[in-house]
Amino acid sequence: MPNDIILSIKNLTVHYEVEGEVVEAVNNLTLDLKEGKVLGLVGETGAGKTTTALSILNLIPSPPGKIKSGEILLNGKNVLAMDIAELEQVRGKDVAMIFQDPMTSLNPVLTVADQIMESILIHETSSKEEARKRALEMLQTVGISPERADEYPHQFSGGMKQRVVIAIALACNSTLLLADEPTTALDVTIQAQVLDLMIKLKEQFSTSMIFITHDLGVVAQVCDEVAVMYAGRIVERGTLEEVFNHAKHPYTEGLFNSLPSIEDRTARLRPIPGLMPDPTKLPEGCSFAPRCSYAVAACSTTRQTEIGFSESHFALCSRYTEKDFALDRKELD
Amino acid sequence: MEQPILAVRNLRKYFKTPHGLLHAVDDISFTINRGKTLGIVGESGCGKSTTGRCILRLIEPTTGEIWFDGEDVAQLNPRQLRAKRLDMQIIFQDPFSSLNPRNTVMQTIAEGVRIQKAYRTETEIQKRVLELMDIVGLAERLYNSYPHELDGGRRQRIGIARALAVNPKIIICDEPVSALDVSIQAQILNLLKDLQTELGLTYVFITHNLAVVNHISDEVLVMYLGQNVEQAPTEELFNNPKHPYTQSLFSAIPIPKVGANKERIIIQGEVSSPINPPVGCRFAPRCPYRMEICTRQDPALTEVTSGHLVACHLYTREESSEA
Repeated sequence: MPNDIILSIKNLTVHYEVEGEVVEAVNNLTLDLKEGKVLGLVGETGAGKTTTALSILNLIPSPPGKIKSGEILLNGKNVLAMDIAELEQVRGKDVAMIFQDPMTSLNPVLTVADQIMESILIHETSSKEEARKRALEMLQTVGISPERADEYPHQFSGGMKQRVVIAIALACNSTLLLADEPTTALDVTIQAQVLDLMIKLKEQFSTSMIFITHDLGVVAQVCDEVAVMYAGRIVERGTLEEVFNHAKHPYTEGLFNSLPSIEDRTARLRPIPGLMPDPTKLPEGCSFAPRCSYAVAACSTTRQTEIGFSESHFALCSRYTEKDFALDRKELD
Repeated sequence: MEQPILAVRNLRKYFKTPHGLLHAVDDISFTINRGKTLGIVGESGCGKSTTGRCILRLIEPTTGEIWFDGEDVAQLNPRQLRAKRLDMQIIFQDPFSSLNPRNTVMQTIAEGVRIQKAYRTETEIQKRVLELMDIVGLAERLYNSYPHELDGGRRQRIGIARALAVNPKIIICDEPVSALDVSIQAQILNLLKDLQTELGLTYVFITHNLAVVNHISDEVLVMYLGQNVEQAPTEELFNNPKHPYTQSLFSAIPIPKVGANKERIIIQGEVSSPINPPVGCRFAPRCPYRMEICTRQDPALTEVTSGHLVACHLYTREESSEA
């Protein structure tokens, strides 16, 4: 394994077993993240993005969740084989997480300084004074006046709360940051502020990041690489430029066609017909085949093969085994 | 000139709070012509939903006139209002909480059909419900389904069918696609556009999503803290935003294109409190172009070019210095 790879997920399969039914949330997912890079994990509700992120921390609630197979190598060590003591070292120290909803991810009865100090005291130092000093520094870093350190979460606005969450996540110099829709709950001008902050911090601390979002605009702004998920599988991955300008998978094309364009406002939208398949009854072949305008008979019966277009660009679509197969979407330069 | 179907004049809604009067909607005026879409955009708490609800009097306006089809809705008595509401419907943001969980698709849509009394027998009502389901793209087999059995997109289709059931002339769409995934969002937007063409509907389309408002509206009104800061035909507004708030709002939209997000104006600070707002422009505390006059005097909504209204001292300065 090349040593600039900080995270390597191999053949991860996660199921939720509820009332006799099996929800196939993540299916045979393989993914590498290089040090200092931001990977955008894109997909719609139920695609398995959050389940993937929780697996990296070995935080899948069990029952009903079950990691059926696979390994997750973090700096070369398998997270899924760790005992509780080792995991506690990983969680919050090596890997930090930012959740979507800053209203529910903070403790309402602790001051923000106390909440930032908590992880510092667990992982970094036993001196309260030192921890507090570091907490105040972190507040400053994320653009909150240290004078507000002893206030409670309800005294902050949504954007400010998310800054506090980011401060907690960054407090222990984590090597990997998992951001699960960190700006989705925020207004667009506040989102711009928080994204701006995250980009600056990434450059300052050279943190690697997995950025989960359904907003392709946000991806274009912050990510270096993109993985598109559909029904628990990564259907396309590549650099930002490869996926956005040379999309190969029909689902990726469908996502772009669904977006209203700012430039051509009257153009009719071309939504993907139908719905994501029921994750308890995934089709035998390609999960996207029932909605895919390029699907042929073989697509719904056989597993798709991953086709490589460059060293970094892959798509899970067997149609590319045919010569001359191409999507309708124009490639951009 | 064509008579507008809806003319809202000086609409105000103040809520009493323990800390003072909350100015949710503060002097909003606009008109819409038949068959057109007016988009209202703004961020959380700017008063766009309250405006929508005041038009239907789901919230009683504090003052103002709402002229719809030649009558001031604000002056109607409860009986007249009930009759009027057959012409004015609303679609809500959250298709999960705006449907009665104990009613089937049929029961939900039939409620509106029954109110009209045009359909007398159960067979007629049933036929009309199936017709409406077909119009909004709901399969006939879902007739007896409950909302919890359906996904967000289908639930929103029920909401639309329910609104259409009374043959309205105008529909207030309050963030109708915000809770939906993009591929489903596009399906619903296409449906709303098709219905407008086929049935000649007029829409007030309330959203925070600027790409969506750009796609669906003929004209756009930008709200900030209860006030109209800018209003123009959609293309004019997007090509030539004048108000510093509109400019920063547009510049904050993340564009799904490589390299498209390099230069942006990021406004600092957050929306100030709508409770007892001070005199002056409400955007002034965050505005990069703030002048001395901005905190001293309310900027008036002024037509700067044909059909393009802006409330900003940057554009009224010359006139006021002459005066």
